[in-house]
Amino acid sequence: MEELTTAVSEFTVSTDTIWILVTAVLVMFMQPGFALVEAGFTRTKNTANILMKNLMDFSIGSLIFWLLGYTLMYGEDIGGFLGKISFFFNSDEINGVPDKASLMFQTVFAATAATIVSGAVAERTKFSAYIFFSIAITAIIYPISGHWVWGGGWLSSLSTPFHDFAGSSVVHSVGAWVGLTGAVIIGPRLGKYTSDGKARAIPGQNLAFGALGVFILWFGWFGFNPGSQLAAAGSENASAISHIFITTNLAAGAGAITAMAVTWMKYKRPGLSLTLNGALAGLVAITAGCDVVSPGGAVIIGILAGTLLVFGVEFIDKVVKIDDPVGAISVHGLNGALGTLLVGVFSTSNGLLYGGGAAQLGSQFIGVLAIGAWAMATGFLLFFILKKTIGVRVSKRIEEEGLDIYEHGESAYN
Amino acid sequence: MKKIEAIIRKTKFEEVKEALHENGIEFFSFWEARGVGMARESRVYRGIMYDTSSIERTYLEIVVRDVNLDKTIEAILASAATGEVGDGKIFVSTLDERIRIRTGERGDESLYIKD
Repeated sequence: MEELTTAVSEFTVSTDTIWILVTAVLVMFMQPGFALVEAGFTRTKNTANILMKNLMDFSIGSLIFWLLGYTLMYGEDIGGFLGKISFFFNSDEINGVPDKASLMFQTVFAATAATIVSGAVAERTKFSAYIFFSIAITAIIYPISGHWVWGGGWLSSLSTPFHDFAGSSVVHSVGAWVGLTGAVIIGPRLGKYTSDGKARAIPGQNLAFGALGVFILWFGWFGFNPGSQLAAAGSENASAISHIFITTNLAAGAGAITAMAVTWMKYKRPGLSLTLNGALAGLVAITAGCDVVSPGGAVIIGILAGTLLVFGVEFIDKVVKIDDPVGAISVHGLNGALGTLLVGVFSTSNGLLYGGGAAQLGSQFIGVLAIGAWAMATGFLLFFILKKTIGVRVSKRIEEEGLDIYEHGESAYN
Repeated sequence: MKKIEAIIRKTKFEEVKEALHENGIEFFSFWEARGVGMARESRVYRGIMYDTSSIERTYLEIVVRDVNLDKTIEAILASAATGEVGDGKIFVSTLDERIRIRTGERGDESLYIKD
């Protein structure tokens, strides 16, 4: 009998480990998705640059997160604020799954937060500054706010714990808010605004890249959300991951359809570029509550996300006048916050609509504000220091002729 | 000897080419051209309406002997017209000299292959 118990427990570890590693690979595959979206939504003269930034934030993020980011986030809790760092992570322990499987899974999440920024600051940011930024977000900014939620920090110990299942706020908003501060400090691209402040269209080079990238991201999200269950063995986990697949997919579809409908009404024709963002908006928004909302709730979250996306892009572009070439702030920032808040409304266990009162919604507000304030404050500080030291923006001539040739000495298209 | 430059719709290129071939005009150059003019279209990119007055057309350059001038023009007129604004223009000018690089032949002889 004891042998049988051991065998079952061994088998559970295997199943869960395979699940985590397979979904880690799916999340890693979101990197080419981001790379394609960002390359497609920007101009050919900056393609090598944006690809290089995407390659480097993943590569640097992988090393830095192993070096110290992972334990800063998941190490033994210090005062609810951060984890105890142990450098060069090399644990062979098994906590449910091998620690190294957890490191791998969490690394691809950290890299996702980092890569969101490159889109918001595309086409004008100095490459050397971007490298420093990539180090800072994966070493400090992301792990600390991540610790508050997933590492046993203060947001997870509220009387009604803050709920962000797979990272609408922890991953997506953090990346977007840092990107927002970067976009503000670096300033808009040349030619984005007329002298009287009117926004101008700077069409991206290739919407086929954009569409392929969005499909890849959607595909990768089936690792991002269901993988965050962190286990697959047993009927309870099996049900949970299946449920999360459905809520994730429904929200993405609803987000895309809604964005299409809104652009159709606003601009007389259904616009591809914003509809692609709409699918991503749905995915970002469902990420926080994908485990606790019903399929119907997921559709409503997707509808709200697709609507917010279109108005958000216009608001950021035309009203606050922040130049975000790929819509990262609206997709990941606004919709990350929206999705996190909506957990307090649509959670079937304690949401407002399900008779759970406002306690969860209150915690969600606290979390959104705290994470937003943290990411914006550290992001501002980081980009401000970079601006005063090595500089964050390329010269006018380099920007006009393209970052590819001057920053990298090669062009993407020859 | 005349140089005929014609700006035509991209969609009419194949028809014009056939019409020229039917009239014995075998040699000409063409390239994609962009210009500004009366034909305009408005587009929306990420919520911003913008007016693209940049129009894409095909630019033909045909050098012919004087005897072939009229039929070449007729062929282009007949094949490139739709009646809508934006059908394009034809320009005719007189050339001073032509030389075939391979043989050094000058004048009309450089324009066709002698049997």
